[in-house]
Amino acid sequence: MTAISPNSAPPGVTTSLHQGASQTSKQVKDKLFHYGLVGAATLVLIILGAIIVMLFKGGLPALETFGLGFFFSTEWNPVTEEYGAGVMLYGTLITSVIAMILAFPASLGIALFLTEVAPQSLRRPIGTAVQLLAAVPSIIYGMWGFFIVVPLMSGWVQPFLTTIFGPIPLIGELFSGAPAGTGILTAGLILALMIMPFITAMFVEIFVSVPPVLKEAAYGVGATTSEVFRAVTVPYGRTAIVGAVMLGLGRALGETMAVTFVIGNANRIKSTLYAPGASIASTIANEFPEAGPGSMKLHALLELGLALFIISFLVLALARFLVRPRMGD
Amino acid sequence: MTRLERRLLTDRFIKVVATSLAVLAIVLLAWILWTVFYRGLTALSFSVFTMPTESPGRGGGLANAIVGSLIQVLVGLVIATPVGLFAGTYLSELGRGRFADAVRFINDVLLSAPSILIGLFVYELLVKSTGAFSGFAGSIALAVLILPVVVRATEDMLRLVPGSLREAAFALGATRAQVVTSVLWRAARAGIVTGILLAVARAAGETAPLLFTSLGNLSWSFDMSKPMASLPVTIYQYAGSPFDEWVALAWAGAFLITVGVLFLNILSRVVLAPRGKAS
Repeated sequence: MTAISPNSAPPGVTTSLHQGASQTSKQVKDKLFHYGLVGAATLVLIILGAIIVMLFKGGLPALETFGLGFFFSTEWNPVTEEYGAGVMLYGTLITSVIAMILAFPASLGIALFLTEVAPQSLRRPIGTAVQLLAAVPSIIYGMWGFFIVVPLMSGWVQPFLTTIFGPIPLIGELFSGAPAGTGILTAGLILALMIMPFITAMFVEIFVSVPPVLKEAAYGVGATTSEVFRAVTVPYGRTAIVGAVMLGLGRALGETMAVTFVIGNANRIKSTLYAPGASIASTIANEFPEAGPGSMKLHALLELGLALFIISFLVLALARFLVRPRMGD
Repeated sequence: MTRLERRLLTDRFIKVVATSLAVLAIVLLAWILWTVFYRGLTALSFSVFTMPTESPGRGGGLANAIVGSLIQVLVGLVIATPVGLFAGTYLSELGRGRFADAVRFINDVLLSAPSILIGLFVYELLVKSTGAFSGFAGSIALAVLILPVVVRATEDMLRLVPGSLREAAFALGATRAQVVTSVLWRAARAGIVTGILLAVARAAGETAPLLFTSLGNLSWSFDMSKPMASLPVTIYQYAGSPFDEWVALAWAGAFLITVGVLFLNILSRVVLAPRGKAS
């Protein structure tokens, strides 16, 4: 696309068409417009800078009091004013990992269906449905999870998983304990449902952009659809696929409402996935109402926010590096 | 079994798995929508739209939350759209070099930053300094959510406008301001409007950023400097309450939000459709 250099309108031509006075006012207007564009772009930078500064400043007292041990301590006690991020960091990471383990293969399968298997007439409507699923607000997923999925989990899924995995050493430990319904596992499941359409939509775009010549060549030597998918499509889009997964992970890490409804909100780490837990986002949402202005709890929550920001920033930066290596021209 | 038979069987198996996963996804969508529609519609009544929220046992509706949501989203949109339009135009028309790359990157970070952090940020920025939760703070939080979507949509859509249009306008002696406002923005209008609609859909369903900014309000409030009710926050508070009628109202609210968001998404497709390949 052509760039517009500031001098691309030859000054000689314009002056011959317009009178001097209106010419100057036009130039002034153009200059103002230019500053407006630059100013708006700068504002985007300022907002992100301000977010970092505000979270850092707000969390600083907590950092000063608890030091770096804040990020490892599993203590969260408003009575003794002892705060640590260990439980929330664990909850955030483990729910996101569960979500990725469930959502990645599912998204891959659905994207394969949408790009190679489905009859042409079904691709658009199903693709649209998947995108609509991605647009449903997270609080709806949270409510649906709380009222529909939680009873199913405690009544059916968790007892079922216990009978299957229970006897296996180590893994059985993850699926033991009282089937409460709410907890880490359910939160991971709801997160998986939420990010699955999001990742699927990106996968479809990646698969569609594979040059047809490559696929046709593979079909030409007799490969089956699934072989073309495994040997051509996925390797070709590998980088972008990893990037899309990272974007999904970024979304899972910071998700608040869907998790808050079903994670159970307990400040403990247990070996079983049935146990209630807390994520950074759910803790901020839950505990904020009880954190008065200037209280150490509020500082600790802001510190948690900063930690979440840094984690998602790293994940998103990596994702972007992989998905949009060179967007420029 | 020959090698070919084995390969064909594997292929068949993988296709069946992919198809069942797609069917599962559709079933889940249908299940979520059915739950929201069924429980929402059974709870929906005329008073939901006309009565404000009341204490449990006294009926009431969601009117103040609906109006509060509309006000906050609208004000957020009015604040974010011009800035986003200008910043996106900058990236598309002048965006070269390190500064533009930085803006593009930071905009992508803002686009996917956890929304609850936007809420914390605006709390620290506005609520703490003024000492009061306010509808205005809620609007600012939503504006921060809307902005990156508009920036991205504007840049992407302006890049699709053919360079010859720009050259033709410049050749007629138009200034850059004139080229942008009367040629480029018009040519990319459908795409930009789509982006704005999607941004509104996203902001309308957001709960987390409003928890710490506009807080919620149990009665009518049109004062932007006071706490203001919003549909998502009311749903959040009511869904977890022990009162059946509040839970029912939460489902009615969930129904309204879902219908609104899906409507905006479908509308955005319709807006873009006549242009065919514009996306």
